[in-house]
Amino acid sequence: MIDFLQLLVYGVVLGSILTLGAIGVSLIFGILRFAHFAHGDIMTLGAFSALAVVSLGLPVLVALPIAMAITAVIAVVIDQTIYRRLRRTAPVILLISSFGMALGLRSLIQLIFGPNNQVFAKGIQMPYRWGDIVVKPDHLLIVGGAIVLVLVVHMFLSHTKMGKAMRAMSDNVDLAAACGIPAERVVMWTWILAGCLATAAGVFLGMDAQLHPVMGWNILLPVFAATILGGIGKPYGAIAGGMVIGIAMELSTMVMPPVYKPAVAFAIMVAMLIWRPQGIFKGQA
Amino acid sequence: MSLLDIKQIHGGYGGMNILNGVDLTADRDEIVVIIGPNGAGKSTLLKAAFGMLKINDGTMTFDGEDITHLRPDQLVGKGISYVPQERNVFPSMTVLENLEMGAYLRKDDYSRQMEWIFELFPRLAERRKQQAGLMSGGERQMVAMGRALMLEPKLLLLDEPTAGLSPLFIDQTFEQVKAINKTGVGILMVEQNARQALHIADRGYVLTTGRNRITDTGANLLANEEVSEVFLGG
Amino acid sequence: MELSGLLFYGISLLTLAGIYGILSLGLNLQWGFTGQFNIGIAGFFAIGAYSTAILTAAPSNSFVGGFDLPTPVGLLVAVIMSGLLSVVIGWVTMRLRTDYLAIATIGIAEIIRLLLKNEDWLTNGVRGIPAIPKPLGLDSPLAFLIGIIVVLVVVYLLMEAARKSPWGRVLRAIRENENGVMAAGKNIQRFRLEAFVVGSTVMGLAGGLYAHYFGFISPEAFEPLFATFLVWVMLIAGGSGNNKGAILGAVLIWFVWSGSELATGYLPAEWQAQAGAVRVLLVAILLQVILLTRPQGLLPEDMGAGRTSDPTPKEGRPRKVPAGE
Repeated sequence: MIDFLQLLVYGVVLGSILTLGAIGVSLIFGILRFAHFAHGDIMTLGAFSALAVVSLGLPVLVALPIAMAITAVIAVVIDQTIYRRLRRTAPVILLISSFGMALGLRSLIQLIFGPNNQVFAKGIQMPYRWGDIVVKPDHLLIVGGAIVLVLVVHMFLSHTKMGKAMRAMSDNVDLAAACGIPAERVVMWTWILAGCLATAAGVFLGMDAQLHPVMGWNILLPVFAATILGGIGKPYGAIAGGMVIGIAMELSTMVMPPVYKPAVAFAIMVAMLIWRPQGIFKGQA
Repeated sequence: MSLLDIKQIHGGYGGMNILNGVDLTADRDEIVVIIGPNGAGKSTLLKAAFGMLKINDGTMTFDGEDITHLRPDQLVGKGISYVPQERNVFPSMTVLENLEMGAYLRKDDYSRQMEWIFELFPRLAERRKQQAGLMSGGERQMVAMGRALMLEPKLLLLDEPTAGLSPLFIDQTFEQVKAINKTGVGILMVEQNARQALHIADRGYVLTTGRNRITDTGANLLANEEVSEVFLGG
Repeated sequence: MELSGLLFYGISLLTLAGIYGILSLGLNLQWGFTGQFNIGIAGFFAIGAYSTAILTAAPSNSFVGGFDLPTPVGLLVAVIMSGLLSVVIGWVTMRLRTDYLAIATIGIAEIIRLLLKNEDWLTNGVRGIPAIPKPLGLDSPLAFLIGIIVVLVVVYLLMEAARKSPWGRVLRAIRENENGVMAAGKNIQRFRLEAFVVGSTVMGLAGGLYAHYFGFISPEAFEPLFATFLVWVMLIAGGSGNNKGAILGAVLIWFVWSGSELATGYLPAEWQAQAGAVRVLLVAILLQVILLTRPQGLLPEDMGAGRTSDPTPKEGRPRKVPAGE
């Protein structure tokens, strides 16, 4: 039972990280109609941008918004220089391009920051204990941060003009054009939002464990699984998807070696694709 | 000069032309109906007027301005609104949000226009917080028309607004179209329920194979034997 | 020594280019003809390599293989196993958008890699499987190269025959206009599945040949990069939809990739450790440049051959039948 509760804690932490990545993937899919394979590496980029800021002597929480800005700008630049030109042909070309972008970003990060594991802060944190359950302060920070960001995204999507325009374009791109909604501006905001969320996911991932150039690529599969579980193109579903996948991955370590955590995410995703590919929640496919 | 003036347009979706030289005009004070057999290019003509077609020849002007090669997002700001036949609402958004999206380009206060739309479609007023995707076909059609009216267009393009509706809703929709027209919004619509549509129409165009066949007032078209037999099903 | 060393290098360069050519032909059937986005090439490649390695390697105490079986048996099983795997993946994803296939294939490739690394009893884990024999007495590098070329030519001829056949025409029609083909009463999912399975078995065969060539395999060789990414760049560079292009791209990109290894040898010592990252970055940039400037590749698809004379109308285009309702 203690094991179970402890793993549940880890699962919620991982789920928070996956949720932040999956919301971005879902938004991008909704607006641009392709699965963004470089999203994991955008997370890595965000984490290492924060590391660069931290190395100047600033605390992680101050580094986070700065890293968000850096990553969002780079995401927009990538879109404007490459994806934008390819969008005019076929969305599927964007898949290939983003796959190449994933490897390019990863290599670039490795060249700049080196191939080794790094950490935001050295030393061991004093954990909180509730009976036998251990929670690190960073865990609370990650979950709390994710909740705040999800609320911000919710407010943005439901209460701002640009947020609503994003949902509209995701719902029906032709009708959005018929309303005069400026597609390119919406696309740009989508990258900004997705870039910021990916940065948070990457930084949280780095806080939870370590930073490594392959950290984002390694978590891409669970992020996609969370996206599909929540219904691809539905940002709110991503929250549920992220939590289910995160908790399932951690709980699976009770019965199988931890290296197979991504396989658990994959198995759930495949089951979902067979059972109902449109995701847990009802809505248009 | 008419509000919308289409002269001899030829166009299609890239390959073959579907419109082979069509003329059409529409003004703010009239209801204009396009009828014709399947494949005559009725909906295509409507799409052409809204910049969704590749125009290979001919010209279109709106309010005296050349619009032949403008895109939908450029036209909507000039006073043309378009209601597609299908997929004409944002399904995951509420009625209110659908209307807000219709007003996306407006920087001013549009609450009066929204009030008017709720008066025109009382059913929407009751359900303003409901998701459009969960509503009935007739209600969705109202959301779609309401959305298109938010910019206070000069001309409203309707693609088969009564398709798939129950007879009760069909009558109601035609009444609403008349009411909209009375406020000074020109109506150009494609209709399958041709006879009923011609009853409310000031003028009608009969199209076959992408060309004008007969053009006359609604009443005259209804009285025309050829139209009656061939296009209105006897 | 110098000359023979160069000769040996040249032969190994061409042998690997040939193996990549086979992979590229397999991907061309899936992507070039049918528009299927498989980024789990590494998985099918690995299944093929490990199947034949386990069956044909000399017996070992550290894992369940090898069984010392004849190499043709090993290669046959390599083809069958990769085919079975593709049937399962295909069955799940064929009715969905190709994005799902992409995600599913990269997932399965990743899981296969985890299995290879961690299931020591089956794969000998990270230590890899040694002592995989050369097939059919092709012991010298030159003989093996000739063997690879023969396989490459056979696969090429089969793919060309497939491309020109009615089956190939349906595949391309599906890629161009799914709804039109569906309207013509064809079972799209079955055609897609067939193309996916055949393409994957070709990849499995390439994996088997790779194992026999090196005589030793370990999970490192099946990182997504080496197999999947390079093959994609090869096909895109050579020309998607063109079998000659697939081979040309494989040879050219393999030369570029190998050449970059030589070039990074001249980097300053402190950069040596990062040479791999530099090379990947270069190829990643090359891919974006090709996509932006010459997306059709060096040898564009021959759109004329095999096209039905009556172009199928695009979806949404009104029928030109003036009939009253």
